[in-house]
Formats: sequence, structure tokens, C-alpha cells
Amino acid sequence: MKKVYLDNNATTRMREEVLEAMMPYMTNVYGNASSVHAFGREARLAVDGARQKVADFLGASSKEEVVFTSGGTESDNLAIKGALRALKAKSGHIITSDVEHHAVLNVFKFLEREGFEVTYLGVDKDGAVRPDDLKTVMRKETIFVSLMWANNETGAISRISELSKIAKSGGAIFHTDAVQAAGKLPFAVRDFGIDLLSISAHKINGPKGVGALYIRKGTKIAPQMLGGHHEMGKRAGTENVAGIVGFGRAAELAGSELAAESKKLVDLRDHLYDGISSRIDHTRLNGHSSDRLPNTLNISFKYLEGESIVLNLDMEGVAVSTGSACTSGTLEPSHVLTAMGVEPVDAQGSIRFSLGRDTTKEDIDYVLDVLPPIIKRLRDMSPLYEKGK
Amino acid sequence: MEGQYSEKVMEHFRNPRNVGEIPDASGVGNVGNPVCGDIMRLYIKVDEKEVITDAKFKTFGCGAAIATSSMVTELVKGKTVREALKISNHAVADALGGLPKIKMHCSMLAEEALKSAINDYLAKKKKS
Repeated sequence: MKKVYLDNNATTRMREEVLEAMMPYMTNVYGNASSVHAFGREARLAVDGARQKVADFLGASSKEEVVFTSGGTESDNLAIKGALRALKAKSGHIITSDVEHHAVLNVFKFLEREGFEVTYLGVDKDGAVRPDDLKTVMRKETIFVSLMWANNETGAISRISELSKIAKSGGAIFHTDAVQAAGKLPFAVRDFGIDLLSISAHKINGPKGVGALYIRKGTKIAPQMLGGHHEMGKRAGTENVAGIVGFGRAAELAGSELAAESKKLVDLRDHLYDGISSRIDHTRLNGHSSDRLPNTLNISFKYLEGESIVLNLDMEGVAVSTGSACTSGTLEPSHVLTAMGVEPVDAQGSIRFSLGRDTTKEDIDYVLDVLPPIIKRLRDMSPLYEKGK
Repeated sequence: MEGQYSEKVMEHFRNPRNVGEIPDASGVGNVGNPVCGDIMRLYIKVDEKEVITDAKFKTFGCGAAIATSSMVTELVKGKTVREALKISNHAVADALGGLPKIKMHCSMLAEEALKSAINDYLAKKKKS
């Protein structure tokens, strides 16, 4: 059976070139990067080389601004908790949005229980944070703002440069979760005044279990993992040398191919959307028609529940994801879609197609062949469909 | 997705039994709501001996919701109304080889849909 992977916002396939770069560090070069001997120095050289590559990829001013972590979730935790801890703040006003990844949202909920006052910003109908909203809620005692750059479910892009300026001019530290933006949008973090920025390797065809936190020079962070002096005292623990080297290679490749990849992805994604729109009635595009991540398409199939579509596509070899409640283990549909004002019943029937560098036109045409009969069969079974006919 | 579906659940999801409507149904049960992601509509046909001779369903919901709807229609056919009232959500789930923990509410919905259809039948019978 043909297999089509359209869940690249969840994770991506690691590239052969990345594996190749990592291989020596799994066996032959096994020194601890903190050791002074030749074995250690060779590992240190590799880690620092990767750090430079990730710094270049992000457009950081120097490689010392990049701290390696275990992934996006740890980077978010370190950024938020670490910055507040460094301020010795136990209370105060902090701001985030309704559409953050749980790696940010649940940290803010935790801090709220610990005594911080949290403002959760809403989003516009396309899922982006409005800079004016941030302006309105900023106060002189606001100490920290965390707003995601691009959304994982809808691909919505917020105006990070403006948001960062507003937060900074109000005296707050600004963090952005750029896990989905990195490798998909061109940027140089040094141009944006951003203090802290999280990324993850496995979203850019790198290995799982590695991420990074960009910490602008001068921004204070208290380590959340205590131990040795690794990572410039900001994250203790023996470096995952092979993973870091793979991350460096993946960042290097993603950076150099970004422009060409983006164009290819937009074409394929729009081909998918046009195909679905012309073949299937009663759909709703969740997100802006053009101003969103090049690889992401989130569509609600009205009168249907998402998991039943995911399972049916899976039987045809197609991997996608849904924002329906049934998959999240709660009774609430996607917090991202409901924050955008999507009706809960439509949010239940949302499917996210996220394309990647391996996606071909044949893949998309295959999906366009198998999807319409699935939707028809499920709608014939749905008691909600009669009204829409 | 938390937990895996059993082979039996997937089989009923792939080939659901008794999808559709019964135009002259003896009783119809409507339960669930779209916000929670499940709506089940169950039709039953009851003969003069109070035996359920036919059952059909329409469901908006996840894999488990469709499989439990399918299974409950299979379980009630041939049973008397009195017997059918004793079918619990656990009986539906067990017949499917179990459900992931977070999907047990789907089997509750199947039980409620059945009870609602039978109550509708009993209410109609009382009136006539």
C-alpha cells in the first residue's frame, strides 16, 4: 500500500545526511565533551561546531547565545521558568496567548497556581495574536511575555517583530516558541530584539531528543536542571553529542534550502486545498488563506468528527492529525480552533495536513483520490449531515 | 491517540453493521451533543411480542462511537425489550473486546441511546 506522511508538524523524517553526520559520534567519537583529553576535545569541537550552525540558522549574534536542550518542551520550560527564577520573581504580571503549545500553556497555568497573575491573549479569526491587544494589556509591572511565532495546528503566523517591540518597550522579557516557525519562515533573530526563542531538531528533519534555546546576550536565565557546568552553566547534563551534531547538520541544510522548499510546499499545499475544495462540499479553511506556514493546511469537514477521518485515512496509508476532542483525551475540541472562534462542532471535524520536504505531487493526488469517498461514507453515517444536504 | 483500539473495534469501525434509518421505527433514541464530539441516533423496530426485530443507527463521532453503535444494534436484535434494557455499556464494550479507557464514555452513549429508543417506544405504546 502507498504510504503518505502528512503529519510533519508532529515530527519529520530524519534526513540521511543528518544520520551520516551523527554516525561517528555514536561509536568512534565517544568522549565526554567536558573532558580535557583528546577524546573529550574532539566531542567538544563537534558540539561547538553544531552550536555555530544552529546560531547561523537562527541569525544569532554569536554561538554563545545557543544552549542545547532535550527539545522544544524543555526549551520552553527553561525560558519561562528560568527567566522568572533569575529575576527572583515569585509573583507579578505575565502574558501569553490562548493558542500556545501545551509546553508553554501548562507552564503558565503552573505559574498562575504559584501566584503569578497571567493574561491570556485571544487571537483574531485567522489565529494570530493582535499587536494592539498586547499593547492594551501591558502594564508597568508586566515582567514576561511569551507568544508563539507560528501555530502548530493552523500555521497562523503572529507579527513577532512588533509583538517583541511592544513587550520590550514595556520593560518585559520576550520569549517566543519558534518550534514551528524555524525552518519554515526566513528570519534572523538578532533583528527582532527577541530575548528567548525555542526550537526543536526533530521538526526540521533532525533527530528527536534535541532542541535549543536562544538566549540573547545579557538575558539572565537560572538553570532548571542543576548539576555540572555544561552549556555555559545554563543546562546541566552531559551533552547529547550525536544528537547535537545531527541538529547542527539539519539546521544547516534547512537554512540553505528554506527558500526553495517554501515555494515547493506552498504549491503542493494549495494544490491539496484546491483539490479538496473542488471535490468536497461543506468544508472550512481554518486560518488565513495565504498568510500562514507554507506547509500547513487545517480544514474542517462539517458534520464529521476528526478521529473517524484520521482512522479512515490511516487505513489508506495516509497519516494526518485532528484537533477533535476524542483524540486529545478530553471532551473539549482544540483550544486553538475554539480560540479563533471556530464553532466546537466544526472544530471536532478539523484535520491538519502538514507537508514536508519528502511530500510529492503524487502523494497529494493520492490523498485527493482516497479522501472524497471517506468523507461521503462518514457523512452518510452522520445524523448531522441531513441538515446540510 | 491514547490507547489502541482492539481488532474487533476496528473491524466494526471499518464495516459498521446496520447503518441507516428505519422510517417507521417503533422507537428512536437521540443522545449526545456535538460539543463533546458524539451524537448517536438509534432506531428500533419492535414486533407485537415485544421482540426487537430490527435496529439501525446514525452516528457522529470517533472510531469508538461508531463501533459501539454498530455493536449495540447487533446485540439488541432478537432480544425482547425487557432483555434489551439490561444491556449495559460494559456489555457493549466487552463484546468489542474492550475499549481504551478514555473511550469508555462512547459505550455509555450506546447504552443511553438504546434506553432512549426503548423509552420512546414505551411512551408511544402507552399513548396508542
